[in-house]
Amino acid sequence: MFPLADQLAMALPSQHVLSFVIGLLFGFFLEQAGFGNSKKLAMTFYFRDMTVVKVMFTAIITAMTGVLIFSEVGWLQMDMVWLNPTYIWPGIVGGVIMGAGFAIGGYCPGTGLVGIPTLKKDAYFNIGGAMIGMMIYGELSPMLEDFYKSGFMGSRATLPEFFGLTPGVVALLVICFALAMFFFSEWVEKKMAHSGGPS
Amino acid sequence: MKSNDSYLNPYLAGFGLGLVLLAAIVLYGKGLGASGAIMRTVVTIEKAVSPEHVNNVSYLAGYGSGNKNPMYHWLVFEVIGVIVGGLVSGVLAGRVRWEVNKGPQISNQKRLGFAVLGGALFGFGARLARGCTSGVALSGGATLALGSWATMLTLFVVAYAMAWVFKKLWI
Repeated sequence: MFPLADQLAMALPSQHVLSFVIGLLFGFFLEQAGFGNSKKLAMTFYFRDMTVVKVMFTAIITAMTGVLIFSEVGWLQMDMVWLNPTYIWPGIVGGVIMGAGFAIGGYCPGTGLVGIPTLKKDAYFNIGGAMIGMMIYGELSPMLEDFYKSGFMGSRATLPEFFGLTPGVVALLVICFALAMFFFSEWVEKKMAHSGGPS
Repeated sequence: MKSNDSYLNPYLAGFGLGLVLLAAIVLYGKGLGASGAIMRTVVTIEKAVSPEHVNNVSYLAGYGSGNKNPMYHWLVFEVIGVIVGGLVSGVLAGRVRWEVNKGPQISNQKRLGFAVLGGALFGFGARLARGCTSGVALSGGATLALGSWATMLTLFVVAYAMAWVFKKLWI
């Protein structure tokens, strides 16, 4: 019976209204978490304020658990759900470039967008930069095309498939990983608070 | 550093975000996104300047060739929602303030320059990786997509390493 949009054969305008509402809540929670502020985001990388790690992994395990339950009981047709295709090399190189961009710019595109309505001047410059970077990518795209399509491992490749485990076991491992990150985050924040000044 | 107390508890915010992501998947069959809408804005501007160029470069054509309006896409409406949602939360919390957030050791000008550089890198990398922290790390993370996990882990490892190099920008 889900995804609802496919089930109801929803027309484009109603799909767009639904997307707007989902985006509204997405932006609300990002800002509530403090992600409109680049300094707060960057402090994650210096172990001073681990909010990014806590929020991100809580969100992932929450949604992952929901998706797993919904699909296991047969409510959610997973083959109708968008799944990121795996092109491993551009995925990894893109990750490297984005990681550098995150540390230098302080924002990622989603959090930069949240800094726009809350009038963070650096968010305006960051989103402007993102537009420049994407424009450059577009211009170089004919040259990058072969690399962009390299390392293809499947349009719906998943961790469970890759490791030969059931989705439930992988989900459990992800939850354990997330819990380990939470404990580490709480511990390191306290440690940094006690040691005080810059390290 | 202690965070501003008016922020929502991070685990609660993450739980809320997770439910929104779950709703996006269950109701719409797609995850969340951000960088794609920025790309669509770029293509719209390029199309206004030179429609032939957009038609000729196949990557750009995919977004807005011929009569295709790059902005008439669910992701653009979602991002308009993100901006409005951020505004609502910011107003409620009293965080709407014209300011530059940065480390104590650098000037505003330097911070803004690095914001452009970082944004450009992130934007470029997001095109190469077919999505950013929202579309790849969050959405692909929750659906256990293999490539998304590879991108997410690489992104964070490199961000931590590079943050050490660029320490002066932030602390």
